[in-house]
Formats: sequence, structure tokens, C-alpha cells
Amino acid sequence: MTLEARRAAESRLGRGSIIAVGAVITVLAVTGGAFVIAGASPLEAYYAYFIEPLTREFTFLSVLTKATPLLFAGAAVAIAFRAGYWNIGAEGQLLMGAVAAAGIGQVVEGWPAFVVLPIMVAAGALAGAAWALAPALLRVRMGIDEVVTTLLLNPVALLLVQALLHGPWADPETGFPESPRIAEPAEFPGLATFLTFLGTSRLHIGFVVALVIIGVAWWVLTRTATGLRVRAVGLSPHGARFVGIKVERTLLRVALVSGAIAGVAGVSEVAGIQFRLTEGVSPGFGYTGIVVAMLGGLTMPGVVVAGLLLGDLGVGAQTAGRSLQIPSQLGEVVQGTLLLVIIAAVAIYRWRSSREEERPADEGEPPPDEPEGLPPAERSPT
Amino acid sequence: MTSSGGQGDLAAELRGITKRYGDLVANAAVDLDLRRGEVHALLGENGAGKTTLMRILYGLTRLDGGTIRIDGRWVAIHSPRDAIRAGVGMVTQHFSLVQPMTVTENVILGRASGARLDLAAGRRTVEVASQRFGIAVRPDAVVETLSVGEQQRVEIIKALARDCRVLILDEPTAVLVPHEAEALFETLRRLVADGLAVAFISHKLGEVRAISDRVSVMRHGRMVGTVPGDTAERELARMMVGRPTFGVDRQEAIRDDGEALLQVHGVSAHGAHGLRSLDDVSLDVHAGEILGVAGVSGNGQTELAEVLSGMRPVTAGSVLVDGRELADAGPEEVMVAGVGRIPEDRHASLVLDLPVSLNLILEHIDDFGGARRLDRRRIDEHARELIERFQIKAHPHDRVATLSGGNIQKVLLARVLSRDPRVIIVSQPTRGLDVGASEYVREELLVRRGKRAAILLISEDLDELLALSDRIIVLYEGRVVGRLDNVEAHPERLGLLMAGRGVAETEAAA
Amino acid sequence: MTFVADIIAATFRNATPLVYGSVGETYTERAGILNLGIEGTMYAGAFFGFAIAYHAEAAGAGPAAPWVGLLGAILVGLMAGALMGLLTVSFGANQHVSGLGLTIVLIGVSEFANRLVFPDTTLVRIEPMPLLDPLAGLGELGTVANQYGLTYLAFLVIVPLAWYVLGRTPLGLSIRAVGENPEAADVAGIDVFRIRYVALMIGGAFMAVGGAFITLAMLGTFTLDIIAGRGWVVIALVIFGRWRIFRGVLGALVFAALFSLGLRLRITPGFEDIPNEIMLALPYVVVIVALALSGRNVPYPGAYLKAYRRS
Repeated sequence: MTLEARRAAESRLGRGSIIAVGAVITVLAVTGGAFVIAGASPLEAYYAYFIEPLTREFTFLSVLTKATPLLFAGAAVAIAFRAGYWNIGAEGQLLMGAVAAAGIGQVVEGWPAFVVLPIMVAAGALAGAAWALAPALLRVRMGIDEVVTTLLLNPVALLLVQALLHGPWADPETGFPESPRIAEPAEFPGLATFLTFLGTSRLHIGFVVALVIIGVAWWVLTRTATGLRVRAVGLSPHGARFVGIKVERTLLRVALVSGAIAGVAGVSEVAGIQFRLTEGVSPGFGYTGIVVAMLGGLTMPGVVVAGLLLGDLGVGAQTAGRSLQIPSQLGEVVQGTLLLVIIAAVAIYRWRSSREEERPADEGEPPPDEPEGLPPAERSPT
Repeated sequence: MTSSGGQGDLAAELRGITKRYGDLVANAAVDLDLRRGEVHALLGENGAGKTTLMRILYGLTRLDGGTIRIDGRWVAIHSPRDAIRAGVGMVTQHFSLVQPMTVTENVILGRASGARLDLAAGRRTVEVASQRFGIAVRPDAVVETLSVGEQQRVEIIKALARDCRVLILDEPTAVLVPHEAEALFETLRRLVADGLAVAFISHKLGEVRAISDRVSVMRHGRMVGTVPGDTAERELARMMVGRPTFGVDRQEAIRDDGEALLQVHGVSAHGAHGLRSLDDVSLDVHAGEILGVAGVSGNGQTELAEVLSGMRPVTAGSVLVDGRELADAGPEEVMVAGVGRIPEDRHASLVLDLPVSLNLILEHIDDFGGARRLDRRRIDEHARELIERFQIKAHPHDRVATLSGGNIQKVLLARVLSRDPRVIIVSQPTRGLDVGASEYVREELLVRRGKRAAILLISEDLDELLALSDRIIVLYEGRVVGRLDNVEAHPERLGLLMAGRGVAETEAAA
Repeated sequence: MTFVADIIAATFRNATPLVYGSVGETYTERAGILNLGIEGTMYAGAFFGFAIAYHAEAAGAGPAAPWVGLLGAILVGLMAGALMGLLTVSFGANQHVSGLGLTIVLIGVSEFANRLVFPDTTLVRIEPMPLLDPLAGLGELGTVANQYGLTYLAFLVIVPLAWYVLGRTPLGLSIRAVGENPEAADVAGIDVFRIRYVALMIGGAFMAVGGAFITLAMLGTFTLDIIAGRGWVVIALVIFGRWRIFRGVLGALVFAALFSLGLRLRITPGFEDIPNEIMLALPYVVVIVALALSGRNVPYPGAYLKAYRRS
């Protein structure tokens, strides 16, 4: 390494450390303050939120269970954002997958499980992809910003679920808006059936499926030509188009894959945990998935870490709610603070770095608008 | 505009101006005096530091060291607002106008205050300034609809309307045809007669000598010296580059035995705003030939390159490469047909956040893995090979964004030329590059020409075109208005054609 | 006929939050920034406005209580806008991500504060802002004119004022210039950062008012999910309105009309069989279709989504 390069790398490391430290301090300050307002000691609260769930086997497994939908959703969103496709509709796509699972689950009584499960997963994926299709087409054919279109379909999906639950799928006896329980073959086996030491934990194969999907996605993104194309489109749509990459086709495919994975998240929740469709099947998993994706820096390993972290946080918030008498909503505050601080830290880091890459004004064109840290470069709608 | 003090007084004094970008020193302890009533040219090659210096004076760039005095007073200039308040105005190289707004709105931008936007007063300001300085503008025209020359006039009015005492112009003639440049010089002479101090950045010897009273030459961030405006060209050139002549010397004679590898017939196309930008353009490029395309920026060159690169559809006409029809073909087909494309916007045609090694394979990703694994070892090997061959100062895993402009261009060249394309479409290849990089690029093009490639060279640099091309065509308003071979192509003749004076007039002039 | 009058009256009422939101987001986007924090800002405005009004009422402020709450909401909106500015303007972070993060944080903080301030789950109410009934007794006209003060304010004062400021004042000119070509604005001596902050804060204040209208006037109480996606709808309306104040307001009225129609038809004889949900979904679908029909070449502000750095 040349002297300049080494100095640059060192200063980068130094700068990165300073920003990281600053970020941690900010998070601690804000969340600590929130804990104090809620009437708890920050240290106790941090312990309860983050550490405690990991200390007992049952809560640890709950963390994994709670993280499962977040892993799916996070992966779905991260893949889309990586390509520069702002899929904010994971929530709706997830609901559609749940609908598919509940629908199939009601008609497969007596079928063999090894036939039903793949069908259900495929149906859920298809449903999620179908829900993602319209906004994707509007973006690809007409250049219409997908942020708005995917977003607006979320409430529509919820209304569809409600229509089903108040209508044809209402419980015939009680009239409550919850679907009949899915048939046994449609249930995701709990991992406890294979690994008996898991005891009464509700961890189910959805967790494994999520990890597999994430593994495949990681491999495709980082090791294949397809993944390179997706990354290129996200980092520089014009550059990608210039080298012959079919940008529109790539975006469409990414959007559908993203929707499909979100759909499988819905299947996983219905088939693995709830065993029926209710209005509350998703307390915002699709949106939390966005947080997971962003916290994870849009990388697959990052999604795993962030998904587990937020799962941990979710369990911790609930138990701390009881043990420390603080509102569980604090978990959202911690989550949100983490997110904003990470966003800010990455932006500041990128900004400082780009100063190094600055060029004097008469060395030709000025440096292009920096692609921001977490997701790839902004696409300028044209 | 009031001028305190008389002609020859110091309007601005820059002392010890220093600016660093990391390890690169853009300005090294530069001193400069600007006097009232003089046109003072700042001369130097690309990268010499002249624009940086003036941007510091105008507050667009922060200085690392040095002081500035305006009319004898120390001033701290941290933003254009400070500069304007101190009496400095600037016409930037890439116009700083809000296109969808009118002339009046652009002129009063940043000046108006209070609750009401007084457009009537603004209009009067524009008219008064227009009269006073003899600069013709239409106050209610939307800037987008104005010609480049008119837009520049708006920029000048904008600066003058604020009572500036020092006016900086950054490469103002880069976008003007010769007669517009003449008009500009007229204006400048009037302005300095009135007591204004004008700083005029340029890298063109000819016009610097034509308009300036004094010339300050910069090289590699240092001020080499200040000399009278009528100093000999050789002397100025020597100060600029350290040697008497520069540029590429053509040795080989024109060859005309090659087949036509690129044939463009009757191509018309729309531009970015849906307006017609190419009108019935026809041209041929033969093997072993460089066809230069001359023209002032904005006359269809960009669109022509885009059409030939597969990035823009045509509304009429055909493009044949080696007999294959490529009009309306996408980038992939064009590449497969053996066309190498070196576009003018380097940053947008590479993926800056990816490493050099990946950028180098982007045009033929499938050769390195396809749907399966990407063969990392082969990709790195490939990168190392090209880095050596094309003298790129970078490691395979460096992000392209971290490279200097010259090396970024080399990456682009390497990506394209390593495939030995038979037809090469190259646009503004040396824009913004320093002398060494520019020479390298031009050499490469000549080498390719020697290897019988057919090269279409689009460039705003007339010297470059004249030095490299076998034949030259001129684009004006999207039409080919002149076809000349190297012998017939004189700068004056080209200039007239570029300005839209038709063939008959140029023949009369020749 | 009363049915029509009812619908029109409901339209103005339901459009009010959208109008405030759309004016706010228009200012922000004209300055070049997409503020996806609008949903969270409206939410925070709704909650904190309500909470402050509640305590003002408890402290004996009487009929002034909701207005005190409104002031509180405005303050919250200003801060939200400033925070968005810190992230996107000063730090140059990705606007999509920052806005979404802001929404998540603001909703989280509001819900957290809600649990702290109102620990019981019983519904807490305040005396809401009164309806102004200037044409009482004039039949249908009276029905239509029976609106809240904030609604009158929105349509008669805020909208024209906002239009005027954006189009006819130096501030508006600066905002538009910054959104089209920040470099040009910078060169002209405008402080690009400051203008963007101003636009964001104005925007945030209006958004918060839009949210507070629901809790302080329409309902007199706060519930979870009170904004129910209106913020996202505003984003669509601003695009649909081509970043023009009046067109955005028109879009808000159309959406609100469909929404009100949907609500009314639920209880109208002959329409009961159509699932509620279709009626409720209709406005969203219409917005999407409207966006689709508006086609390509939407005239986004020139510097939309681009952070500005002096190069």
C-alpha cells in the first residue's frame, strides 16, 4: 500500500470510529433519557431489553421466533432497495401471502403435509408477487414513482383482509373476524418436533426457510452475474443501461422477488404461529422490515443481525413491560432512534469521505451526487 | 455601478491563496492583482487551478490559506453572498440559471427582499442594465428557451445588476460561436472602459491575446507569472506547459482505401425535451479513419453519440455498422456489433461505487460467469492486465470513485478498447484531463486508427479535432452543415460553419 | 338533496387534514426534498396537540384549550421538520430512508408518550373545537357551511396565502429556485441550506396542524392509528397536483369526496350489500389510477431528491 493510501485508510478508520462512538453515545443518551422518563433506571432497562431475553432458553427461542417474519420482510425490502426499487409495500404483500396461506389451509384437510407445505409457500409467494406487480409495472412502463404506489396498496390489502374476515371467512359460530383454523397438514412443523430439546418453544420451520432464502439471496447478490447486474442498477441506473443491462427488466424481477419473499413472510406467520387469519396478523412487520433492511445496510448478513436484534428488542420490550412497568411502546422508540442515528452516522461518514474524493473544479465535471450510504444512489425520476 | 477610485487602481488583491484537496494542491500560495479598467486573463491548462482560484474569490470554495482584499479592504469570503456583498460577480462555466424561470426572476433571485416580489421593478432593473451596458436581453423570456449566447448575457446582467466591481468569467467562450465571442469581447471592452475589473479564465491562447490587457499564467496550482496581454504565443505557451509547443503532431498521411464501417443515413432524432435535435444527418466513417465532428455544444453532438451508442432511438434514418442495421438497437446489440463507445459523461457510464475490476467487465459480464458464479480470480487477473496495459494508477479493488479524472477515463478506455472494437464512438475524450492524460488518450486513438478501426470523434476542442481527424463534419442545429477534409479545415472556416453561416458564405470567406 | 349537502360538508371536513398536509408537503418538495416523515409528523401533531390541549383544559383554559394544543402541535411540526433537515440537508442522508425513519420514530414516540400520559385505556376526551355555523337555518347551504374554524382557515386563508407566498414573494422564489437548481441559487447568493430548512419546517408545521385537526376538532380524542395513511395519500396528491398549491387542494377534495361518499353509502339503503371495505378502498385505488393516468414526464422539481453540496 502506498503511503497516501495507508494514511487515507487510517484516517478513514479513525473517522469511522469517531462517528461510531458518536452514534452509540447518541443512542444511549436518547434511549436512556426515554427510559428515565418512563420511570426506570437506564441500566436495568437496557439489560431487560437487550440482554435478558438471551439469557433464558425460552426467551431466546422466542427471540428467534419473533425475528422470523422480520428476517423475511427485511430480506424482501433489502433486495428491492439494493436495486434502487423503493418497495414500501411489503406490509400489503405480506398480507396477501397470509391470505393465500389461510385460504389453502382451509381446504387441505387430509392431504399429506409434504404436498401442502410447498404449495402453500408457492401460493404465498405468488400472492405477494402479484400484489407487487401493479406498482412495478407502473414504474417500469410509465416511470411512476413506486414509493407512493406500493405504499397506497398497503391499506387496500388490509381492507381486503377485513372484507374476507367480515364476510366469507368470518367464524361461522362466533361471527368474530377471524378465519377458521387452518387444517393440520398446512401447519408449519415446529422445530421442536425435530429438535426435542427445544421443548415447548413455538419456533417453527419458517425460521429455517427464512435463513435459507437469505442465504440464497446473499449468494446470488454477491457471487453471480445476476446479482452484479442488480447491484449495478441500484448504484448507477444510467451506467447499467449503458453497458447493456436491461434496467427495466431487472427492476421488474427484483420487485416481484421482493413481493414474493414478503408473501412467504405472511405464509410463515399464518402457518407457523397463528394458524388462522386475523386482522392483526401483521402488527406492521412490513414496515419493521424496512427498518431491518436499513439497519442491516441492505446486505443479507446485515439483515440477519438486524432481524435478530429487533426480535431481541421485541421480546425484551414485552417482558420489560411487565417486569419494569414501562410501556412496551418504548421498544419502538429505541428501534426508531437506532434507525435515525444509523442513518445520520452513515450519511456523515459518507460526507466526510467524499471530501477526500473531491476534485478541484477545473478537473472536469464536478463529482456526481454521492450515492448515499445505506441504500444505493438516488434515482432521479426522469 | 459606482467605481470608487480611477482606472488602474487595485480592485482585488489575492495573496498567498492556498487550497488543498487531500494530497492534491490545487492552489499553492497564489498571488493575483486585478485592476480597475482592465481585462485580466487567467491562463492555464485544465487542472492548473484557475477556476479554483476564482471560485475562492467568489466564495464557492473555501480557501485553506491566504487573504483577499477588495478595494483595499480585507474581506472574509465564505459564500457567494459574502462575495456579492464585497462587490464580486461571477459567470460560472456551467450556467447558474434556473431554466424554467424567466430572465427577470433569475436576475432578482437572491436580491429581492421583503414581502412582495416586485417583478415590475425587476424588469426595470434588467432593462436599465441592458441599456447601460449594451447587453440585449428580453426580461420576460423563459431561460430555457434562450440560446446559449443569450443565456450568458443573462448571467452577465445578473452579476452587473448587483453593482459588482470585479466580474469573473469562467471559460465564457467555451459555448459560443466566434461571432458571439466577438460580441462578448465588445461588451467586456465597454465594461472595463467604465471602470470594471474583469477576470477572464481561459485556456485558449488566441482569445486571451485578443482581449486581455494582462495575462496571469498558472501551472499545477502555482502562479507562473503575469505578463502583458500581447505577449507572444510561444512565450505564453511555454509558461503554460513548460515547453514551447503542445498537442499531438500528426505524421501519417490520410488513407482513403478503407471500407465504410459506419454508415449513417438520414438520421433524425428527438432530444431530451422532445424537440428535434438531429435532422437528416448522414455521415460515413471508413476503416483506418478518424472523422471529427465539430460544433458548439448543444447542436446535436450529444444526441448523435447517444443514437450511435444505442441509448437514443431515431425518428428516421438508418445506422449501419459493418452492414448491420443498428438504428434503435439497444446498447447491448450495439456492443455486440463491435462498436466501442467512449461517452462524454464518464461518471454516469461507469458505476462509481463498484471497484475497478468489476467496472472493467461490466460490458461483458457473462464472459466471466453467467448465471453461475462469477469467476473472481479471472476478473482480478483481467483487471491487473488492463491496469498495466493502460497505465491506470489504481488497484483492482479500488472504488472507481476514488480515482482521479484521468484514471477514470483510462478505466473507461480500457473497458472499451480492450475488446478491440472495429468502430469507436468517442465523445469529449480529454475534457477535464491534465496534459499527460490528454496526450495518452489522443495517442491511443491514433493507435487504434493505425489498427484500421473507424473512429468518430466528437469534440468541442477544435485543436484536438484538427490534430486528430482525417475529415471533419460540422453540426449546427442538428444538421450537417459542412464536410471538410483535414487540409481544407481551418479554424476560421470551421468557426463560421459552427456559427451557422452556410457553405456559400464559407466559400466566399475562404 | 340533503344527501348531497351532507356529502359536500363531509368532503370539506375530511379534506382539511389533507389540505394542510398537501400545502406543507408541496413547500417541502418544491425545495427539492421528499418528506416521507409526513405520516409521522401528522401523527405526532395529532397526539401532542391533543395531550397539550387535555392538560390545558385540566388547567382551566376552557375553550382556549384546543388552540393551546394547536400551538403545541405546530411546535412539534417545526421540530420534526428541523430534524428532517438535519438528516437530509446537513448530513445529506438518503431522503427516502430518513423520511421513513422519521415517521417510524415519531409514531413510536407518540405511542410511547401516549402510554405515559394516558396510562388508562379508557378513552380520554377534550372539549373539541367548535363548529362554526354561520348559515344556520339556511337548509342545505347551512349544512355545507357548518365547518370547523380550522377548515375555514384552511380554505379561505391558508391556501391562498400559501399560493401567494410560493409564487409571488422572494421567499417563494428562493424556495422554487433551490428546488430547481440549487447551484444557481447558491451562486446567486441564496443560502440553500437555510431555505431548505425553512421549507421543511413550514411543511412540518402544516402537517402537524393537519394531524391535530383530527384530534382537536373532528374527534376530540386520540386513538391509535388515527392518521390511517393520510400522510401517504398526501404524497400522492402532491405529485398528482404537479406541485402546485391549488391542484393539490383539488386532489384533496376529490379524495375526501370519495371517502365521504364511501362512508355515507355504507348506511344508505340499497348499498349495504357492497362490502364496506370496497368503499373504503376506492379512494386509494382511484389515487393510484390517477397517478397512472397522469402518465410519464411528470415535471418533478429539478433538484428533487438530490442533496446539495458545494462542489
